[in-house]
Amino acid sequence: MFLKDYISDVVNGVSSLLKGMRKTGYYFTHSKEIITEQYPDNRATLKLADRFKGEVVMPHDENNEHTCTGCTACELACPNGTIKIITKFDISPEGKKKKAIDAFIYRLEMCTLCNLCITACPSDAIKMVPNFEHSVFDRSKLTKILNKPGSKIKEGIE
Amino acid sequence: MYNETEIIKDTTNLGPEGELVVNMGPQHPATHGVLHLVVTLNGETIKKIEPHLGYIHRSIEKMCESLTYRQFIYVTSRMDYLSSHINNTACALLVEKGMQIEVPERAKVVRTILNELTRIASHELWIGAMAMDLGAFTPFFYAFREREMITDIMEDTCGARLTMNYIVPGGLMYDIHPDFQTKVKAFIQQFKEKVTEYEDLVTGNIIFQSRTKGVGVLTTEDAISYGCTGPVARASGVRCDMRKIAPYDAYDRVEFEEIIETAGDSFARYIVRVKEMNQSIRIIEQLIDNIPEGEFVGKTKNVLKLAKGEFYQRVETARGELGVYIVSEGATTPYRIKFRSPGFSNLSVLNHIAKGSKIGDLMATMGTLDLVIPDIDR
Repeated sequence: MFLKDYISDVVNGVSSLLKGMRKTGYYFTHSKEIITEQYPDNRATLKLADRFKGEVVMPHDENNEHTCTGCTACELACPNGTIKIITKFDISPEGKKKKAIDAFIYRLEMCTLCNLCITACPSDAIKMVPNFEHSVFDRSKLTKILNKPGSKIKEGIE
Repeated sequence: MYNETEIIKDTTNLGPEGELVVNMGPQHPATHGVLHLVVTLNGETIKKIEPHLGYIHRSIEKMCESLTYRQFIYVTSRMDYLSSHINNTACALLVEKGMQIEVPERAKVVRTILNELTRIASHELWIGAMAMDLGAFTPFFYAFREREMITDIMEDTCGARLTMNYIVPGGLMYDIHPDFQTKVKAFIQQFKEKVTEYEDLVTGNIIFQSRTKGVGVLTTEDAISYGCTGPVARASGVRCDMRKIAPYDAYDRVEFEEIIETAGDSFARYIVRVKEMNQSIRIIEQLIDNIPEGEFVGKTKNVLKLAKGEFYQRVETARGELGVYIVSEGATTPYRIKFRSPGFSNLSVLNHIAKGSKIGDLMATMGTLDLVIPDIDR
């Protein structure tokens, strides 16, 4: 009786192992079914999802104009204090004072990419872009000023 | 302090009856994170296991007290990072309950689908890591192949692969990707074809079976008294599925079985998780063609303020029951927040079920408890 159990155990064991080995052997001979990203060799063709949250940017149009009014809604929505907006007052030719941003400071090293600033923005001035290669040699390089030098607010945005 | 440390060369006279204390972790490949187990051994037999926590404590509960009801949701993705969608859902449901926010049907259905996809992804990763703990390296890649499809879907729709932060109080942050339905259907088809590979590789494997059957047996009484939930308790015959007991989102209108095993050993816990993945597929299949049209987020006030009082919401994560408890003083931030995490209770049973077994069996026992350390140690 004991011998019978022992032999059946051995036979079952070997057959179960062979069953698994057959699966492994199948993929060994069908290497085209294996999917592996060849990063960084495929950097030229690499395409990430459009919505991938990689970094906050402020889009500028061809006249170097953005739509940020400096309302600080994003600054209030941010859970980590990533965004700091410094505002100034522009004086228009008619002599009117108008609030505008001086610097939109964005600290990537503190950002958790939660997207709350984008949803809070009333004028769609900022957006997420799928950049993910953020390694730099110095931490201070991760503190960015998003509005380009000399840029101003688009006409008609209040 | 280091001056007083002496190197002990003779290990025969340590403690009573030649006990040996071995530190497993905080950096150990089988603990999947910074879990530190102080294991007292007698020869190869385990006499006592003492988990030491605190290596990844970020005081999430205290952090949440200074964040508003919109902001605190993203932090909960960092607790149980393998079921971050479900954690976010729990918090969103609680705020909706406290403020009586109407959630659109579309948001409810999409949330349910995403929660089930998260559960499958979590169990896939667990199967791979568990088999790797027991010395089988190949299933890891097979499991990650299917999991990659889910992370791709998440990337398309939510914009992130692990910490999504897609669920907001009132619904969803933005609408689903136009390709969402076709991609999920493609995933279901591939999953159904390939799930037999796990059966061939892992379930039927004689080495895996003899290392898990009868190892780390948890009785029904102990599962209840230690407060175990999720697949760990269901493998011991306890009915504890929150999706059945207290349905939330769209779970009350889908059909699925609650998987119950009675053996209570490591193999039963494995079987429960494998069968649960098939049930998750069943739930997704029922909902994926019937996503209602309409708004994806309900009308909410600009500033969320919970009424004065106490609120509690529980959901079923991939690891068990997650409870969120908020005491509100009527302000924009919670006065006190407490998470009842499934991993903590499941870890507490480890000493009880691994005592008396060999140290090699500890890997199987600990692996099948499915511990995620940031969830235990918030």
